[in-house]
Amino acid sequence: MADDLKVFRTWSSRFALRIIWALQLKGLEYETIFEDLSQKSPLLLQYNPTYKKVPVLVHNGKPISESLVILEYIEETWNQNPLLPEDPYERAKARFWAKFVDEKLLQSVIDVLVTEGKKQEEAVPRAKENLKYIEEELKGNKFFGGATIGFTDIALGWTAYWLPIIEEVTGIKLIDADKFPRISEWMQNFCDVPVIKANWPPYDKMVAKIQGTREKCLAPKGTD
Amino acid sequence: MASSDVKVLGAGPSPYVNRVQIALNLKSVDYEFLEEKFGSKSELLLKSNPVHKKIPVMIHGGKPICESLIIVQYIDEVWTDGPSILPSDPYDRAMARFWAAYVDDKWWPTLRGLRSAEGEEAKAAALEQVKEGMVLLEDAFTKCGKGKDFFGGDTIGYLDIAFGSFLGWVRTTEKMADIKLIDEAKTPGLFGWAERFGSNAAVKDVIPETDKLVELVKMMAAKPKA
Repeated sequence: MADDLKVFRTWSSRFALRIIWALQLKGLEYETIFEDLSQKSPLLLQYNPTYKKVPVLVHNGKPISESLVILEYIEETWNQNPLLPEDPYERAKARFWAKFVDEKLLQSVIDVLVTEGKKQEEAVPRAKENLKYIEEELKGNKFFGGATIGFTDIALGWTAYWLPIIEEVTGIKLIDADKFPRISEWMQNFCDVPVIKANWPPYDKMVAKIQGTREKCLAPKGTD
Repeated sequence: MASSDVKVLGAGPSPYVNRVQIALNLKSVDYEFLEEKFGSKSELLLKSNPVHKKIPVMIHGGKPICESLIIVQYIDEVWTDGPSILPSDPYDRAMARFWAAYVDDKWWPTLRGLRSAEGEEAKAAALEQVKEGMVLLEDAFTKCGKGKDFFGGDTIGYLDIAFGSFLGWVRTTEKMADIKLIDEAKTPGLFGWAERFGSNAAVKDVIPETDKLVELVKMMAAKPKA
């Protein structure tokens, strides 16, 4: 029986992009369902009742949610183009850094976007400290996965697109090429990968969205 | 493997540390337990986990592995002649990982919220959240366990370890707040599971006694914040 694969996503979700990349890197065919999160479809609510979020991967009718869980599932179900190394210690490291991206780096970058003044001044060095850990971990490899992109690259990948936009919208430089030479080079190499290049969301639309997020968060809170 | 080949940096009352201990016990792997003193971090910890500076850290053959569930997966992948911790089917593995992440990301914060809530209204709201989570986990137990003794089936698995490691703190909260979180009537699956998990050979000497944890909570409440 041919695999039936569906991906529930939004046009802008960084987490859904991870799934798209992984499926395409493995050469898998899938159907895309774009969700409007202000009007979630009954199917999405049925497939992800716990969080009601995207992405969701549905494989032969069975749903999986949470992007890193989905990535592990894809990796374990389809062997071609492995995303994780074979060695258990290297696998643990790949998982560690993916978790670091989601639990520390992401929020610290968002904090820079949604603040101004003193709060933002405090947020910037925190984001840069997290980026410094990534910079050190790259250790002269083209990708975290080695010669080709892997699990950690996919987890971190959104930064190659979102960080420059956040820099543009806030006017704050987070990735100085001389302070973060490895990340700068990694971003270029990552963006050159055909599967990555082909799937970025529309640039102007994304800039407008990020700009909108910043404005919404900075707007003075009215009384409800 | 020589016992000195595996070291665990941790502290007895930490559920995250307990996860690593239970996993090693399931695989019958000897290890050296290096107790971190409460309120301070050893040189070895800071060197082994410079990013988070947290326990648990497992050091295997000199190489540090951090983050409790990542360590558990590592243990499963290295010691393959012991019982498997993750299920063999990829979809079952995904469900185990999903619910383990739910325990860490959603459920545990609600339990912490309950312990720190002040005032009747806040306590009631916090309790409601914890109970909602317990209903979800009861459902997960039915689906993942498929009628068997544990979330992992016949033997203790990844999700048993992820959730079960918090049993000491669940009991402590029940005792101190005089409430029932794992209720025989409302969560019958979890009720039976908790007994079986807690009394399992790999677990029973790891999860601290409820009375000790209650004492610890009282002691920590008395200390000024570090």
